[in-house]
Amino acid sequence: MTHSLKNVIAQTEQIIVGKPLQIRLALACLLARGHLLIEDLPGVGKTTLAHVLAKTLGLQFQRIQFTSDLLPADILGVSVYQRDTADFKFHAGPIFAQMILADEVNRATPKAQSALLEAMEEQQVTIEGVTRALPMPFFVIATQNPAHQIGTYPLPESQLDRFLMRIELGYPDAVAERGLLAGIDRRELVKNLTPQLDTAELFSLQQQVAKIFVAPALLDYVQAILKHTRESASYVHGLSPRAGLALLAAARAWALLDGRKSVLPEDVQAVLGSVANHRLQSTQVRGETPNVGAQLLAAVAIP
Amino acid sequence: MTLTRPTIYSLILTLFLVSAPHAEHLPLWVSALAATLLLWRGYLAYRAAPLPSRWLLMPLTIACVAAIGINFHSLFGREVGVTLLVLLAALKLLEVRSARDAMAVIYLACFLIITNFFYSQSIPTAALMCGTLLVIVATWLRIQAPPIAFQPQLRLASVMLLQAAPLMLIAFVLFPRIQGPLWGMPQDAYSSSGLSERMEPGSLSKLTLSEAVAFRVTYASVVPRREQMYWRGPVLWNFDGRVWTTGASGFNSPAQFSDAAQPVEYSVTLEPHNKKWLYALDMPSLLPPNALMNDDFQVFSKDSIVARTRYTIRSNLSYHANLDELQSQRQRGLQLPAQLNPRARQLAATWRTRNTDDAAIVTTALRYFNQEKFSYTLEPPLLGRDGIDEFLFSTRQGFCEHYAAAFVYLMRAANIPARVVTGYQGGEYNTIGNYYIVRQSDAHAWAEVWLAGSGWVRVDPTAAIAPERVQKNLSAALLDNSALAFMARNPPQWLLNLRMNLDAVSNQWNQWLIGYNSEKQYALLTRLGMTEVSWESMARQLMLGLSIVIAALALWLMRHLWVRERDPVQAAWLKFCKRMARAGVPRATHETALDYVSRISSHYPHQRAQLFAIAEQYNALRYGEEHAELRAFQHAVRTFKL
Repeated sequence: MTHSLKNVIAQTEQIIVGKPLQIRLALACLLARGHLLIEDLPGVGKTTLAHVLAKTLGLQFQRIQFTSDLLPADILGVSVYQRDTADFKFHAGPIFAQMILADEVNRATPKAQSALLEAMEEQQVTIEGVTRALPMPFFVIATQNPAHQIGTYPLPESQLDRFLMRIELGYPDAVAERGLLAGIDRRELVKNLTPQLDTAELFSLQQQVAKIFVAPALLDYVQAILKHTRESASYVHGLSPRAGLALLAAARAWALLDGRKSVLPEDVQAVLGSVANHRLQSTQVRGETPNVGAQLLAAVAIP
Repeated sequence: MTLTRPTIYSLILTLFLVSAPHAEHLPLWVSALAATLLLWRGYLAYRAAPLPSRWLLMPLTIACVAAIGINFHSLFGREVGVTLLVLLAALKLLEVRSARDAMAVIYLACFLIITNFFYSQSIPTAALMCGTLLVIVATWLRIQAPPIAFQPQLRLASVMLLQAAPLMLIAFVLFPRIQGPLWGMPQDAYSSSGLSERMEPGSLSKLTLSEAVAFRVTYASVVPRREQMYWRGPVLWNFDGRVWTTGASGFNSPAQFSDAAQPVEYSVTLEPHNKKWLYALDMPSLLPPNALMNDDFQVFSKDSIVARTRYTIRSNLSYHANLDELQSQRQRGLQLPAQLNPRARQLAATWRTRNTDDAAIVTTALRYFNQEKFSYTLEPPLLGRDGIDEFLFSTRQGFCEHYAAAFVYLMRAANIPARVVTGYQGGEYNTIGNYYIVRQSDAHAWAEVWLAGSGWVRVDPTAAIAPERVQKNLSAALLDNSALAFMARNPPQWLLNLRMNLDAVSNQWNQWLIGYNSEKQYALLTRLGMTEVSWESMARQLMLGLSIVIAALALWLMRHLWVRERDPVQAAWLKFCKRMARAGVPRATHETALDYVSRISSHYPHQRAQLFAIAEQYNALRYGEEHAELRAFQHAVRTFKL
């Protein structure tokens, strides 16, 4: 792993304490050019993680708080009439930034959600007939509240698929929490962060990820996983080919973070849960939703 | 293992599906009670309420059995058995607490599936029962397997049933069919709809409302004209003023047919009707084996027809029957109840005085029917004590039984030996299957008179009033056919075609599935090349076939066991894993190389470095881009010792 990546991780871990795995996953997601969905209860540090990542990676950052009355124009921007020049001038919305934090994305109506999700997919937006490219890199971290909370519009499966990963943060452990409670205000800490990467470095890292070698034996493993999800009675639908590509991209990024030149089954297993959990719907009817990733991991033999 | 609520619901569904078709013939109170019990169980499951105590269920069960005993006056037989099964299965559900109890309900449901075939073996029934079986297997899986939603369970159940299909096919073809009552249906399995040994006003017209198939006919080569298709059934001699009955016709004197011509050969597939007689065209000349003809030329089988029966028979359409009829038979054909119907007697007497020739009297009578204002209807007015008189002189509306009865009465009164013949006339041609369907709606009654020099001659007085009945069909003959079953009227052509197609399919089904008996089995197996067809050889072949299918399935499932690994890296690695497994640390199938060696090294900390080296080499060889040293890896694996 490059020195700068190590620094990124170290700096993030200073603020988001006790969550090394989630930080690495978020970073892997970014390096694989995917978007990240964080699902958890309010107040566990979803927003802070996004802030810290943006600051540390030196990305231009915008936050959009999703509410039930949010309109697409609030995200994309709007043309306003200019009296002095007597024509319309486009006022770019918050979407025109390198890193977007879409907070509580499932509180907005499907119309507003789809404005964001289309931008994610296309890497460009079309407003009033003019297509405008979004800045590069373009990375969306969306947070959402668990579906059982009041006033949420759950994202449909097709839109969930656009997020490369979904992670959960969870409560910090006792030691980490103690540090959190005793330490300085996180917001102050975030202000003082310095970027550890520049955009060019980030680009080159993303290119390195794409070049990580994947052996036929590993493809066998990925295909075995996909096949299992499609044939097993435990899931309503199997994973799509797009999900297979996502799994491979995430595993490549993970391999890079681990400083390897080729992907091992370990890498696939490390990202499997966060790639597959939100894409697979369990057929199990009773009780808590099982950890689909762990279930899947245990069920598929490595060929 | 306790049962979940969805499991209980699917058990209720299962029992409902197997019991619901029985509602048609069960007493109403049984259906209602069974439904109530199922609903009750559903409610208890919904409320998660405790099940009723044994002290409530026990008397309830005893009361049910007693009520069934009172209702049927017996505790044996098909009806009672089915009723008991339905009620006791529903009661069993009220004490289902564990998976074991649920299995009992599943077995009961499987048994109840079979009972449905006691009543109907048609294609829709079979399809419905296949669907029900699917639900049963899915419920079964739900009891045994971890709880997943019903839909994937249904999918799994269908896969299992499909896998079982080859076994079923082999068992169906090869299971020895032994002739005898053991394999037959219960004696009361078929309701006896069809002709009977008696005829009274209204009995035939009621029968013609039924669209049920009586039999199907395939002609070998020559197809007779429609007005020659008189299918002979019971011959009625005795008249008590209202009801015609067969009387005592025996098998004493063999029939004498002279000048027989126009032979036709055909085979009949007769639906079970619980009577002994077979139907044949006038007059049968070559009978099937095990069949006899009585003095009235009616063909009888040895046993009652309780299962669909197929026989081949030959008839001559042109004949002189019993030119020298016995005096006693001629006398039987003259008997009339005394004192009834004086006007009819008088009419016959005037005809007799005017003519001496018997044949001329027959013609006069037919002309009388044809010229007076008689009409042909399904709904004739009711007749009183002098029924024949009322019919002939006042109401003048009747169905074929009225005309046949009145004609025979007039003939007897004019001193001509005569009798009523019942049977079927005509039939519907199925163009798809190239056969004729004769339905209950083709039931007919006509007359036979004995004339010196001609023998018994068929006279159909209905043809004198409504010739369309004989030439076309019943619907054409009736002025108002609204009383007929819908399909017997003039339905649209596409509906007729559909019915033809369905009947052709169902005919094949009957021939090959329901009618797959020992002869068919013998024929099929010989054609398949089995030289010696006996039940022992069939049993052997059956065992062999089943073993082959099961072995093939087992081999397929175990195929990974002998697929040799061709990749040398993987081969060496698997060898390593095998050795480690023998040493007591088997690899979990999803365990990665590094995870595995770190687990082994927790048991054998001294070899940690070597173990990790092997795993690293393996990873590099199998997943890496550069070609690492294979020999070094193989060597490391070979020389490694715990």
